[in-house]
Amino acid sequence: MFPFNFEWIWDMSHIVFMGGLWYALTILGIGMTYCIIKAALDTFQGKGGGHHH
Amino acid sequence: MDSALIPKGVKRCPVPQFGLWLGVWTVILLWGVYALLLIWFKGLNQTNMNDSYGFALWIWADLAVIALGGGAFFTGLCKYIFGKDELKHIINYAVLLGFICYSSAQLILAIDVGQPLRAWFIFWHANVHSMLTEVAFCLSCYFGVLTIEYIPLILENRQLDKIPFVHNLTHNMHEIMAVFAATGAFLSFFHQGSLGGVAGVLFGRPFAFREHIFIWPWTFFLFTWSAAAFGPSFTLLCTKMIEWITGKKLVKQSAIELLAKISGWMMITYAIAKTADTAYWASQVNIADFYTNNPGSNYGYWILFTEIVVCGFVPALMLITPTIRKNPVLLTVAIILACIGVSINRWVMVLQVMAVPIIPFEGFAAYFPSWQEIATTILPVAYGVILVSLSYRYLPVFPDEAELNPIEDEEAAPAVEAAVEDEDSGDDAGVEPLPAEA
Repeated sequence: MFPFNFEWIWDMSHIVFMGGLWYALTILGIGMTYCIIKAALDTFQGKGGGHHH
Repeated sequence: MDSALIPKGVKRCPVPQFGLWLGVWTVILLWGVYALLLIWFKGLNQTNMNDSYGFALWIWADLAVIALGGGAFFTGLCKYIFGKDELKHIINYAVLLGFICYSSAQLILAIDVGQPLRAWFIFWHANVHSMLTEVAFCLSCYFGVLTIEYIPLILENRQLDKIPFVHNLTHNMHEIMAVFAATGAFLSFFHQGSLGGVAGVLFGRPFAFREHIFIWPWTFFLFTWSAAAFGPSFTLLCTKMIEWITGKKLVKQSAIELLAKISGWMMITYAIAKTADTAYWASQVNIADFYTNNPGSNYGYWILFTEIVVCGFVPALMLITPTIRKNPVLLTVAIILACIGVSINRWVMVLQVMAVPIIPFEGFAAYFPSWQEIATTILPVAYGVILVSLSYRYLPVFPDEAELNPIEDEEAAPAVEAAVEDEDSGDDAGVEPLPAEA
């Protein structure tokens, strides 16, 4: 799973497979981090009522 | 009692009635949990799986719910990436169904692996030449995507939405939902495909093996295609079921017809591709050995005809015909046939393909699942019904419900009164609305 695992080999299969996995996880992680930080900043600025209109 | 939690402007059944409904499904759920514990503590000897059926009822259920749950990714793809904004009326429900299907699939896998404490091995010690590793990666990540898509719906609960941070978080997640939807489509393409690829790469199994495009056998593309085609039909079927149970119109007809049309056109193209695939396959092997030359087997040509014609071409043609699509009864018939069709396809590709003997001295082995297998396969159904019931009661799953079902009688007064109290309360005083909401 990681390059420091004993079974890791720097070949195309590992790069494509694990690269795809970490690519997807990175997008999800960055996306959620952005949403949470922006929500915190918005809240500190007094935005955000309790209702959708 | 719980009127403060119920979405504004809608009517729900009394708490005792709801509790009774949940109670019935909870009993079924507990039956499944009991069987699950038996399997986890006593082992896979609780099942009727054997050397001929290493892939049995669970894997069929797994593949079937993943195919049926494909409505989530494809509806999201159509709405967020292809701009079919009309689908906003049904996208919440599609996401909820997808969440249930994928969590169920993972639950089934957790039972099937026999030793769930080592399930993480597939990530840590990944076999990068295995289709199933790709499935495990994409399935887990896509479940993460579905969770992210489901969270805003939970946070839109009337009470949670009053918290400014929660409200802002929901708003921000909606803002970038297209990114998550695109990621979900990417992941779905690969795991749906790889589930088909598992059969297609079995060169020792002539009834499963297919020719490849690069590293991917035809079954890879057929599985992805079929999930995109039939998944929306399952979303529509569940919509029809919840509308029938609640006695309400919950989704605008325009959204239902659009999704049915998309599903129909995907289905007809899939059925043509599947026919071509079957014709080529039939030219390479003696398909009589797969369908008829197996004493003791019930798999005749009828299953091929049922899968491709009765539950493939027929519902596809029904759904692409506007007059039939507009008829509620015929639409329901078409989407039921479609859901049966994709389930038969998965059954054939998992159970029949593995069970049919390929060595002359082997005979056909019959299989009937143990009660533990059946109970643990019904378990996700009970879990799904409970989660849909709770979500429907407390979350704005159907954004048009209030508009489509205006409250006229006095019975709904508590919920309406609660809504009015919310409007009149000073909770929002001094809080600036978001630009998009102003």
